[in-house]
Amino acid sequence: MDTISYFKEQLNQLPQTQPAALARIRQEAADAFVQQGIPATRHEEWKYTRISSLFNKGFEWPVNQSATAVGEDQMQALRLPGSEKANELVFVNGRFSKELSVIRSKDLTVLSLEEAAAGEFEPLIAAHLGHSSDYLKDGIHAMNTAFMQGAVFVHVAKNKIIAEPVYAYHITDARAANSLSLPRSLVYISQAAELHWVETFHTLGMQESFTNQVVEMVAEKDARLFYYKIQHDAPHTNLVSTTHIRQIGQCYTYAVTISLDGHIVRNNTHVVMEAEHGEAHLYGLYFLNGNTHVDNHTIVDNAKPHCYSNELYKGVVGDSATGVFNGKIFVRQDAQKINAYQSNKNIILSDAASVNTKPQLEIFADDVKCSHGCTIGRLDEEGLFYLQSRGIPAKLAQSLLLHGFTSDILEKIKLDVIRDYADQLISQRLELL
Amino acid sequence: MLKIQNLHAGIEEKKILKGINLEVKPGEVHAIMGPNGSGKSTLASVLAGRENFEVTDGSVEFYGKDLLELAPEERAGEGLFLAFQYPVEIPGLTTTNFIKTAVNEVRKYRGQDALDAVGFLKLMKEKMGLMNIDQSLLSRPLNEGFSGGEKKRNEIFQMAMLEPRLAILDETDSGLDIDAIRIVSNGVNKIRGKDNAVLVITHYQRLLDYIVPDFVHVLYKGRIVKSGTKELALELEERGYDFIKNEVNIGEEA
Repeated sequence: MDTISYFKEQLNQLPQTQPAALARIRQEAADAFVQQGIPATRHEEWKYTRISSLFNKGFEWPVNQSATAVGEDQMQALRLPGSEKANELVFVNGRFSKELSVIRSKDLTVLSLEEAAAGEFEPLIAAHLGHSSDYLKDGIHAMNTAFMQGAVFVHVAKNKIIAEPVYAYHITDARAANSLSLPRSLVYISQAAELHWVETFHTLGMQESFTNQVVEMVAEKDARLFYYKIQHDAPHTNLVSTTHIRQIGQCYTYAVTISLDGHIVRNNTHVVMEAEHGEAHLYGLYFLNGNTHVDNHTIVDNAKPHCYSNELYKGVVGDSATGVFNGKIFVRQDAQKINAYQSNKNIILSDAASVNTKPQLEIFADDVKCSHGCTIGRLDEEGLFYLQSRGIPAKLAQSLLLHGFTSDILEKIKLDVIRDYADQLISQRLELL
Repeated sequence: MLKIQNLHAGIEEKKILKGINLEVKPGEVHAIMGPNGSGKSTLASVLAGRENFEVTDGSVEFYGKDLLELAPEERAGEGLFLAFQYPVEIPGLTTTNFIKTAVNEVRKYRGQDALDAVGFLKLMKEKMGLMNIDQSLLSRPLNEGFSGGEKKRNEIFQMAMLEPRLAILDETDSGLDIDAIRIVSNGVNKIRGKDNAVLVITHYQRLLDYIVPDFVHVLYKGRIVKSGTKELALELEERGYDFIKNEVNIGEEA
C-alpha cells in the first residue's frame, strides 16, 4: 500500500466526535493532504529537503494509541536543566500526556484542544487554529492538521507574567516500530502577558522516527513571547517543526532555534505582524556534523506599517552535513515605514559540507527599510593565525573562533539555564572537531 | 638570539625576500625601514609563521632553534611576538578571555603552571597600569569596533602580558596620530630590557624618535641594502628613499 492510501485509511478510522470548528478544519486538511501528498523536491519550498522518500520506509500511525511505556525513567534522561522550576508539557508520539506533564504556574491554562473548543475558549480557537491556512497549501502541514490527536490549547491570562518557563518535550517512541508523531499546539498570550517557551525533541529507540510538529502562537497587544527550540535528537531521526507566530496587537516576539543533530530537520518559522509597531526577532544557529541536514525556512510577514524585525541565522557546517536557509520577508502594500533586517552567515568546515542560502524579499510598499545578506566561507585564516601567533594552538584557536562566531546567537537566549545548556552543547560539539 | 641567513621567501610565484641577513642580540633594538613593497611586512610574516608565505632558501635561528620548523604558536612559546599591522577583529571572544588563554598556553609551552584567576588578574592589573589601558576595552570582543589607536595599544598590551624575548612591531605607527604613537612607544620602552630585543618595522622615522634604535637597516627589493645607526634613519627622513634606490640601481647596472 502506498503512503497516501495508508494514511487515507487511518483518516477514516479517526473518531468523529469533535466540536464543529475542529471537525471542519480537520476535514479540509484531510482533503488537502490526500490531494497534495508529501511534498516532493520539485515543490519550490522543499527544493533542498527530501522528505518524501522517508515515507517509503513505512510509518505506523496507530489511531487508538494511548498508554505507551514512557515514564519517569525516560523523562529523567531527557529533562532540561531548570525543569524543577518549569512547567513541563510532555507529548508522547504527538499526544499530550497529562500524567507526565506538570503545570506549576497558576496563570497558565493547559487544556486538550477538544476541551478548549467546547468551552469558553471556543472563539479563540475558531479565530486562530489553522489561521495561516498553510494546511491547505502544504501537504506536510495538512498531515499534521488532519491527524490532530492529543493536541493542546495553552492560554496565558491577561497581564500575567509566567515566571516559570514552559518546557515542551516531544517524545517519539521508536523502540518497537517505526514511529510517526504529529504534535499540535495552539498557544494564546493575552494582553500584556509574558511567556517563555522552550521546545525539545527526543526519540527513544533506533527504529525510524518522524516528528511533524505544528505550534501556533498568538500574541495580543503588549504581550511578550520568548520562544526557543533546541534540536539535538539522535542522528537517525527526522523532524519537521513548524512555528507560526501571529502578532494581533502591537507586541514583542522572539524566537531562537538551535539545531545540532538529526537526520533531516526542517524548521518553518513564520511571524505575521498584523499590528502597527510590532517587533519580531528571529535567530537561529545550526552547528552540524555527520550527515545531518538542517533546513530553516523563515517568513516575516509585515502586514502593517511601522513594524520592526531582525533576523540572524548562523551556521557552522562540517563533515557531510548540509545547511539550508530560506528567509522570506513580505512587506504588504500598506506596510510603510517598516524596518526589516535579515542576515545569514555560514562557515563551512569541510569539502563535503554544503550550504544553500536564499534570501527573498517581496516588497509591495514603497517607503521601507529592508536589508538582507548572506555569507558562506571558510574559517577566517587571518584570525586563526592571529590567535596562533599569541601561542594558542591551532585546534584551540579554531574552537575559540567558532565559539565566538556562535556566541551572538547564544546570547539571544534570555533564559540563563537554557543559554548555559545550549552553550554547553556547542562546546561539546567543538570538542569533536 | 635571532640569526637570519640568506633568507629567500615569496608568495606563490612572486619572490619578495631575496637574501636577508640579520643578527639580533638580547637588549638590542633594530629598526627595519624601507619604501613600500620592499618586503618589510613579508619579513615580519615569515618570522611569525604566516602560512601563505613560502621560504625557498636560507635559515632563521632563534636561540639555536630552527624557527622555520616551528608552528606559529610554538614560535610564540619560544618568545617571539608579532604586533600586527592590522590586528584582527574576533567577534564573540573577549579580549580578557583571549589574553588569559594565550598567557596560559604560552606558560604551558614553557612548562609553567597555568595562572589561576587571581594570579592572572594581578598580572593584568599590573600591565594595564603600565600600558595605560582601560578595563572596559578588555571586556569587549577582541579588537571588534576598536579605533586604530586602541587596536595598536591592545597589541602592545598583549606583548606586555606575554613578555616575549623578541618583539616584532610591524608598522605599529601606521595610522596613528602623534599622541597615540607616544603612548604605544612608552609601552614598548617600559618593557625593554637587557634580555629582550625589539625589531621595529616602519616606513617613517618619527616612531624612532620614541623607540630609539641601536641599529637601522634599509630594506629594498627584498635585501638589506644599507645598515647603520639611528643617524641613518634621520638621513632617510631628510633625503627620502630615493638616494638609496639610486645607489642600489646604479650598483645593479654596474
